[in-house]
Amino acid sequence: MTSGKKRRRAVVDRAACVACGCCVKVCPLQAIEIVRGVAARVDPEKCVCCGKCARECPASVIAIREVTP
Amino acid sequence: MKSRWYDKLWIASLLYLLLGFFNILFAWLGLLCFFIPLLIAAVGGSKGYCNRYCGRGQLFSLLGGRFGLSRKKDIPGWMKSRAFRYGFLIFFLAMFALMLWNTYLVFAGVRELGQAVTLLWTFRLPWHWAYHGTLFHPGVAQFAFGFYSIMLTSTVLGLVTMVLFKPRSWCVYCPMGTMTQLICKAKAGKEP
Ligand code: SF4
Ligand code: SF4
Ligand code: SF4
Repeated sequence: MTSGKKRRRAVVDRAACVACGCCVKVCPLQAIEIVRGVAARVDPEKCVCCGKCARECPASVIAIREVTP
Repeated sequence: MKSRWYDKLWIASLLYLLLGFFNILFAWLGLLCFFIPLLIAAVGGSKGYCNRYCGRGQLFSLLGGRFGLSRKKDIPGWMKSRAFRYGFLIFFLAMFALMLWNTYLVFAGVRELGQAVTLLWTFRLPWHWAYHGTLFHPGVAQFAFGFYSIMLTSTVLGLVTMVLFKPRSWCVYCPMGTMTQLICKAKAGKEP
């Protein structure tokens, strides 16, 4: 990862996630998974920030945000 | 993306709804989408059913996504609140218990078999054309009518929210989804 540079990533509001898995199905890079049936988690290394998961999420709890690595 | 056999389970969901129009006794098969998710959650500690096998969710993504029958708007905040999701689950379970009670009354011979499907817990639709007698007790048929009512009602609700919001909005307040997530939370909390 490039040092110090801010990167945009998908971020899940884990408290509001219903763990339906809709996001997993649409991610082209398999960068998102459901952890133990509780909530989704994005792998920031793999995510390319395409926004597909955010558009799909029925609860709209994924945001595309800048994260500091 | 690779297509797998379980991506086609929406066909089973559709078939289930159609079969209920011909012979109500097929409604018993719906118990599968009751016990399988709970088993996967209780034994495996995952929402594998929702994440992979649920045909109903697939049906909504197909109709709302590919066929465009959805406005694709955000679901209102209160619908994804815990209060609403848990409240709906409790309401749903109460209605389920009521259905079991009605079935019991028919088994006990206190009440006659009602050959109707109740939509949205209110509207009784005549459904006698899907009943051709049973080899078993009329109570068996009563359960089928009751269970099919639940399945049809949840499908209708799911279709309405599919059109209004995102395709799989039903998954936000689906009682099975809420219940399996609660089981998973309990399991994940116990074993860190
Ligand atoms: S689609 Fe949304 S609610 Fe469903 S698992 Fe993904 S982040 Fe959670
Ligand atoms: S933004 Fe794109 S790459 Fe990142 S998790 Fe979502 S779908 Fe996957
Ligand atoms: S939340 Fe309900 S409808 Fe959605 S995938 Fe899970 S069981 Fe199926």
